[in-house]
Amino acid sequence: MAIPAEKIESFEPRITAFVCNWCTYTGADLAGTSRLQMDPNVRIIRLPCTGRIDPLFIVKAFERGADGVIVSGCHPADCHYTSGNYHARRRFALFKELLEFVGVEPGRVTFSWVSASEGQKWREVVNDATARVRELGPFERYRALAGRPA
Amino acid sequence: MKELRDLARTLLADGAVKVVIGYEEGPRGVRPAFITRPEHAERLIFDARCTHCLPAYLSPRRTHVAALGKPAVVVKGCDARAVAGLIREAQLAREDVVVIGVRCGGVTGDPTVAELASGTVAPRCDACDAREPKLADHVVGPALPAPPASDQPDMLARLEGMSAAERWEFWQEAFSRCVRCNACRQACPMCFCERCVADKTQPAWIESSPHGRGNLAWHLTRAIHQAGRCVACGECQRACPADIPLGLLNKKLAHVVAERFGYRAGDDPAVPAPVGAFRLDDAQEFIR
Repeated sequence: MAIPAEKIESFEPRITAFVCNWCTYTGADLAGTSRLQMDPNVRIIRLPCTGRIDPLFIVKAFERGADGVIVSGCHPADCHYTSGNYHARRRFALFKELLEFVGVEPGRVTFSWVSASEGQKWREVVNDATARVRELGPFERYRALAGRPA
Repeated sequence: MKELRDLARTLLADGAVKVVIGYEEGPRGVRPAFITRPEHAERLIFDARCTHCLPAYLSPRRTHVAALGKPAVVVKGCDARAVAGLIREAQLAREDVVVIGVRCGGVTGDPTVAELASGTVAPRCDACDAREPKLADHVVGPALPAPPASDQPDMLARLEGMSAAERWEFWQEAFSRCVRCNACRQACPMCFCERCVADKTQPAWIESSPHGRGNLAWHLTRAIHQAGRCVACGECQRACPADIPLGLLNKKLAHVVAERFGYRAGDDPAVPAPVGAFRLDDAQEFIR
């Protein structure tokens, strides 16, 4: 689908971030209190754990108009619930491949581990994801799918 | 065939089981049969048309089958993986079923087609190493020669060679035919949830009308829920009235599971499935 040049010019990606309460959310909070400048394109949804993130959350984000998705949580061995992130790691290893297999560009979904002390890393994750999605353009293909109005 | 019928007759007459789930001749090819009387054991058959995966009838969701009493089920070597899957996931106790294994020489993908050739052989028979049934209480039938290799194109490799946009086009064309009849779900031996997420309306995670958005959400969900669990019986694709190549999604994920976790859905119920388990050193090259 051809996207008019002026639309790409003014395109601001909408990115949904599903983050865990204990590490990445706190890390993002640290980035904020540290006054780190970063792209304002990411909307954060806080969940107890990456293990709580159903692949359907990602699908729903795209359905509701997200151009990209970030999934982020505690580093391995740091999970507040001991093993939630290990389960998530397996689940998303598979779901990432599945999304790519049905034709979703790899850059649309970003996975990362960001700890509570890594405000700087959170900024990099956000800026990189925004830049990649900006390059890919709006996710018109997904939005164009017919369905009930949201 | 005589061996199978004699066994079924004995099991029923002795009261060891109340129903034998097998195959019989139907008006449109072979169909599943539920034999409850010893004198009806004559109806049982087994040949290359017996493509159905009968352990699907053992899932607790099938209350009408469970009501018949203790079952014996006829399984090919590959179907034994479904029995193992149900036991692994605590849907079935091993002692609650009598497993009758039949030696298999490959099946056609269509219960009306008897001739087993490279154009008709079912995709799942490709490189089959399970023709001698495991997990069985009884094994019947003569050893048969290996089925011919399929001459169908390797769609998985073809899709993997495409760009993301081309793959999107391919799947959207396929999913656009979906009428959301749920035949894929009903035919699957491993789809046994009491209440499917696709049926939930508050919140409605998956739109139920046959539109692009809900269709994509459904097929992604079905595929990911089968990852590491799918026994590759191919029933979803065979049941699909819209010819959506659902088996391709399962096959892709089975490859990823084998590559990443070194797991293949097998016939040993004691080996845990890869999703729901983990290793501390699982690969994470995709996570930054």
